[in-house]
Amino acid sequence: MPPTTCVRCQTNKAVVKRPKNHHKLCRDCFIAVFEDEVHHTIVSSKLFYRGEKVAIGASGGKDSTVLASVLKTLNERHDYGLDLVLLSIDEGIKGYRDDSLETVKRNAVQYDMPLKIVGYDELYGWTMDQVVETIGKKGNCTYCGVFRRQALDRGAKTLEIKHVVTGHNADDVAETVLMNLLRGDLPRLSRSTSIVTGGSLNDVKRSKPLKYAYEKEIVLYAHHKKLDYFSTECIYSPEAFRGTARSLIKNLEKVRPSAILDIVRSGEDMARLTPDKGQGACACDEGEGMGGCGSADAKTSGNDLAQMEASLKEKPTANGLETEITSNATPKVIDSDDVVKLPIRQRRSKEPGPVQLQTLGKCVKCGYMSSQAMCQACTLLEGLNKNRPEISIEG
Amino acid sequence: MASTTADATAQISIVVEFSGGLEMLFSDVRRHAVTLPAKDQDGNPSTIAYLIHHLCAHVMKDTRKELFVLDGHLRPGILVLINDADWELEGEEEYELKSSDNILFVSTLHGG
Ligand SMILES: [Zn+2]
Ligand SMILES: [Zn+2]
Repeated sequence: MPPTTCVRCQTNKAVVKRPKNHHKLCRDCFIAVFEDEVHHTIVSSKLFYRGEKVAIGASGGKDSTVLASVLKTLNERHDYGLDLVLLSIDEGIKGYRDDSLETVKRNAVQYDMPLKIVGYDELYGWTMDQVVETIGKKGNCTYCGVFRRQALDRGAKTLEIKHVVTGHNADDVAETVLMNLLRGDLPRLSRSTSIVTGGSLNDVKRSKPLKYAYEKEIVLYAHHKKLDYFSTECIYSPEAFRGTARSLIKNLEKVRPSAILDIVRSGEDMARLTPDKGQGACACDEGEGMGGCGSADAKTSGNDLAQMEASLKEKPTANGLETEITSNATPKVIDSDDVVKLPIRQRRSKEPGPVQLQTLGKCVKCGYMSSQAMCQACTLLEGLNKNRPEISIEG
Repeated sequence: MASTTADATAQISIVVEFSGGLEMLFSDVRRHAVTLPAKDQDGNPSTIAYLIHHLCAHVMKDTRKELFVLDGHLRPGILVLINDADWELEGEEEYELKSSDNILFVSTLHGG
């Protein structure tokens, strides 16, 4: 095959084929276009204001490393006037974060940004290793995810920062859209597509500037800019459902690369169909885009949380849904034309949909934004603290 | 093409690299010098497809082959750079290997 010339500069050899539009670009043009598109996302969504202090949720993984690098570049190039800080979470898994935290420490030097590392032990009184000792490995990603989500906000608060950006990319969003579609959870689907969550009700705003960036391009950007990032497998088991959705996305991309952005756009369009138009956005349904067991493998889903909470509280909140599924699963033949009655949801007319009319208040224990009297983290902690071994003083 | 017995045993040497977490499947070594036959059993020039099978059979010690190859093809979500260029620009699996090529496999599937 003769070398392909870059469509943009018409000079250099193309080295990237863009998934979203099949454009063939040279290294420099690819980097320029990638950065321009993130800049466009930032400007068109009015993500920042001049002088804003912004914490970058940093794991040392590809997404957050690319985010930090691009934000530094754009902040200087377009004079955003942002005060950027790297914020990392240490879950307290022995040996697991050592390499990634070392990477983040190098990034802090490379990008000349201050770094704050907050540990689960200081925030919750529990490291993940202690959680696993107490509850076993099953379900621990749920704890990890719930704790991490708040850890970023709490960490930001200690730095008096009101805006946290995360490295969620288009593949992550598409995956979450698909999962919620497969669960039939439109309200959650709509929230997962928002580029900004929190903010008005919550004191910490969350946003994802890489929301429209393909994972493939993030990896290629990191490669061609020779960024220093760290990859790992979560040492605890990934959530099977998300793994399946992820494989599906990657398979779709293989056949039709534009599918990923198309799913993101479909999610945004569907968001407009929900009662709150996707505006009742809170950050409580999505994963972290921060790597580790909160990343690709195991972003905690709302449904798992619901199950976890239900089992912890022994309060059968999930039963309503199961009953509904059971009753709908046996469609009746209603007339002689063999018309099968479709399972029509009636829950909304009978009882107020819990998600729709959900009002966001504050957790009675910690004050964190929550739709329940007590937030997920405090609920999990309460269960944990009941089970804490009496003699775990040295832990 | 003058087919001789020399051709049948001709070897090419290339560099194969793994990153983005894939190195974990290959003895935690990022860079491998790989020598393989210049032609496959049917006498066709060795391609990336051939290389992928060669890596599975001779280089990969990890038993989780499905993390690298699915249904006989490279697992979706793994990128390939041929001499730093996206393999989609080079014919993907059909690309015919040349001596001293650099083939990089990068996973997009791993967390950080
Ligand atoms: Zn160019
Ligand atoms: Zn709370």
